[in-house]
Amino acid sequence: MTRRSTAATVVILLAAAMSYRVQAQIGYDRLLNAAREPRNWLIYSGGYFSQRYSPLTQITPANAKNLELKWMYQAAVAGGWQTTPLVVDGVMYLTQRPNDVVALDAKTGRAFWVYRHQLDPTQIVCCGSNNRGLAILGDTIYMGTLDAHLIAIDTKSGRPVWNTRVADNKAGYSVTLAPLVVKDKAIVGVGGGEYGIRGFVAAYDARTGSEVWRFYTIPGPGEAGFDSWKPCPPDVKAYCDSEAWKHGGGSVWVTGSYDAALNQTYWGVGNAGPDWNADQRPGDNLYTDSVVALDADTGRLKWHYQFTPHDRYDYDSVQVPVLADITWRGTPVKAMVWANRNGNFYVLDRETGRFLVGKPFVKVNWMDTFDERGRPRQTVQPPGQPTWPGNQGGTNWYSPSYSPHTGLFYVSAWENYATIFGGTPVEYQEGRNFGGGQNRPLVPVPGAPSIPGLRRGPINNWTEAAATGAVLALDASSGELKWRYPMTDVTDSGILTTASDVLFTGGREGYFHAIDARSGSLLWKASLGAQIVSGPITYEVDGRQYVTAISGLSLCVFGLRE
Amino acid sequence: MTKTMSPMSAVLGLMLASAPSVAAQNPATGDYTTADIAYGGRLYDAQCATCHGANGDAVGGVNLRSGTFRHAITDQDLARVVTNGIQGTAMQAFKFDAAELAGVIAYLRNMNSFDRGSVRLGDADRGRTLFDGKGGCTRCHRVGAQGSRVAPDLSDVGAARSAGSLLRSLTDPTSQMMPINRPVRAVRRDGTVVNGRRLNEDTYTVQLIDDQEKLVSLTKSDLREYTILTVSPMPSFKDKLDPGELADVVAYLLSLKGR
Repeated sequence: MTRRSTAATVVILLAAAMSYRVQAQIGYDRLLNAAREPRNWLIYSGGYFSQRYSPLTQITPANAKNLELKWMYQAAVAGGWQTTPLVVDGVMYLTQRPNDVVALDAKTGRAFWVYRHQLDPTQIVCCGSNNRGLAILGDTIYMGTLDAHLIAIDTKSGRPVWNTRVADNKAGYSVTLAPLVVKDKAIVGVGGGEYGIRGFVAAYDARTGSEVWRFYTIPGPGEAGFDSWKPCPPDVKAYCDSEAWKHGGGSVWVTGSYDAALNQTYWGVGNAGPDWNADQRPGDNLYTDSVVALDADTGRLKWHYQFTPHDRYDYDSVQVPVLADITWRGTPVKAMVWANRNGNFYVLDRETGRFLVGKPFVKVNWMDTFDERGRPRQTVQPPGQPTWPGNQGGTNWYSPSYSPHTGLFYVSAWENYATIFGGTPVEYQEGRNFGGGQNRPLVPVPGAPSIPGLRRGPINNWTEAAATGAVLALDASSGELKWRYPMTDVTDSGILTTASDVLFTGGREGYFHAIDARSGSLLWKASLGAQIVSGPITYEVDGRQYVTAISGLSLCVFGLRE
Repeated sequence: MTKTMSPMSAVLGLMLASAPSVAAQNPATGDYTTADIAYGGRLYDAQCATCHGANGDAVGGVNLRSGTFRHAITDQDLARVVTNGIQGTAMQAFKFDAAELAGVIAYLRNMNSFDRGSVRLGDADRGRTLFDGKGGCTRCHRVGAQGSRVAPDLSDVGAARSAGSLLRSLTDPTSQMMPINRPVRAVRRDGTVVNGRRLNEDTYTVQLIDDQEKLVSLTKSDLREYTILTVSPMPSFKDKLDPGELADVVAYLLSLKGR
């Protein structure tokens, strides 16, 4: 290699070559057929069906023991790093705290560019500067921000193309999910369920950033479902809010899914507001804790199913809607498979929303049975007694995986986890916390001393008394447990499966595991030293398969030893 | 490498460390371009003249044309006063970007001698027409969502570069080229050639955007040849645009403040 300056020659060459050409990177057709190019990871959940399943097969149960670290990328801002990268023809795009986007060479981890969004300093978020990722269309990527904007960024230069205000961040709105691009629109939902927002899903013209449609997850007067926000009884003694719907919550902070054949896009909706004092908002409180099926072109509601009516436990239904074509009781069904924060596993017909299966996957005592339409019979525990699952749920926002190859649905679960709930009246004030709770989480024994809060260091002081973690493999058509991979500490990690039946996941302990997706046996692990709170992805560059794990501030990329 | 500093590097370090403070003692160097002074004049009229007056003497006891300032000796002092204001006085803080600040300071330093009549102030709208049309600038540069990405994006160049620097970029591009923007030519072992603009580089790899607008990462050990150019591929517009047109293009570029 020489390093010389042959300036004149190259000037001529460059001048000749620098003609203006635009390479549209990712058309909608490529998104629609993402499974046909498994070398890339084009959509937050891997594809529109959100299965987090890759057809790549280079890494197998037999050779997983040969995985080794290929490169790392270090973020600058501490805190849970929940993002899922996208990989497009050898370039990785990912978000890092608070609202940066980085473009990296997916083979070496070296950076092409960094985009930094200047946040409004008054942004209000409940749970840290979280961002879960990006969407792409053409040569533009899309990022939601903590101050509730949606920004389009050029994939080549990292420059902003447009910047649209989605909602008022001073009223507690934020956008932390990865947008979902469908056709020519970028669709987002809003966070803020702890601030008395009125949640919505909205679609924006991907070229201009102008809003095309908006679906409020809390129906207003005259709209279907508004009667689920019942008037306060005239003789009520406790505090009751006659206009509870106006700040009824229903946040949407995890990316939805899309079925092109039905032209329906599916979104999980968060808790009602206030989170815990359900008495001040009588009624079922639609569409909180529900899945909503929306027409992708208009945002019109096609159907809904409410997992937890009149929620008093903060059981957000913000899990990723996993779409799977399965056989249920001998009949092929276009299904939606869902392990909910409320501890139940569900199978729904995604064409109609019909309830097919409901079955606990962890200990549940807030309900005992379902009626034929899937409405749970609630069994509210006496004051001071624990409710299973606890406030963080049997699972939460972290992505599960469905493998068409095994027919199994894989979910990160918190087992033996309860909370003693207690609601207290709270009046809405813009931008102020609207929880209405006096909970004693993590201590299922009445009167026992409290354990410190949710975030912990390397010492696990919860242990089995509070909860344990596990990867559960469930039959996708019945919810029957096929195997479980137990962990001592709980896990907030997403899950990835591949066509070679390798499952990748992490956990709070900082281990990155490769597990046999059929048997549940450990194939390989790496101790990365900090909690893994995002979902792994896999991709291929120059014929070599890579798999990612984000632990603490480190994005670690593994491949097979050469 | 040991942790002990060699005598030579210690001396060098001291020289470098002391350099800024020496420079900070120097008042104006007189090295201001007409373009910066003219741009600053416009900003002065819009932002400063309300209080200080057209001639800089409307505030009692302050004569900006005199070239002496009560709260500032150096240009850095002036920048601080303009940016932070003066507490306890009517002098407020101004949020100027780097280009604007350079212009305002250049104008303040030259208020007394600058003949506005001698300078034709550019027109940003005319400049945009030239940029998109006769200048052919979008063949390589991008502003917002328009233009090629092979040369640096100019969407916020008006906040980052001073008027004088922008004018020099047009007439003598190489003199203003940032080192990271130096074009590179790489030849892989199989003979394929990659021409592009550097985005990032380390000991073993280089990341660039190639002449097809593709992000490319190269491992240097895979290359047969790797050349970094110190001459800008951008042509000079010194003889392609007349002085008035150049001023128009500069005015347009100064209007590009990003989003």
